[in-house]
Amino acid sequence: MDAHEKIKSQLQENDVMLYMKGSAMFPQCGFSGKAVEILKACGAKFDTVDVLSNPDIREGIKQYSNWPTIPQLYIKGEFIGGSDIMMEMYQSGELQEKIQAL
Amino acid sequence: MVTPEDIKGWIEQGISDCRVEINGDGQHFYAVIVSPEFAGQNRVQQHQLVYKVLGDRMKAEIHALSMQTMTPEEYAARDGAA
Repeated sequence: MDAHEKIKSQLQENDVMLYMKGSAMFPQCGFSGKAVEILKACGAKFDTVDVLSNPDIREGIKQYSNWPTIPQLYIKGEFIGGSDIMMEMYQSGELQEKIQAL
Repeated sequence: MVTPEDIKGWIEQGISDCRVEINGDGQHFYAVIVSPEFAGQNRVQQHQLVYKVLGDRMKAEIHALSMQTMTPEEYAARDGAA
């Protein structure tokens, strides 16, 4: 299964999916850590994929969403954004609404 | 080494009628990007336009760029509120 198919199936299986560096317990980058904190603050149930231990996914996810950086948040398979956009949506309450609507 | 002025120049050349406020400490860049071209686009599309304009010029440093994109109207409204 190539990266694209792996990503598609990961997104189908998880409503809230965060592609990040490291894990929720041990984020390996400030931006990924911030993304985890934001999701926790929203009370979201989410899954993560560590792109550092999956180099094929690390490149594949950038093509998949046409977005050059990590972390990347997906809700119901839709690309939401990186940590900047997550923060903006958290501050406006938009992210909480999306999560509570699940 | 990429400087804030480099980034400002690349973005302003690539997006019409664009104004960029940017600062950076060499490690991290913060940019506010204002253009009527963002009208009707959601945030992801706006940021993708900026990434496309930057192209490969910021391969490694792109990770350090945080940005806020908005139309002139949103910028004006924000000023009133700030």
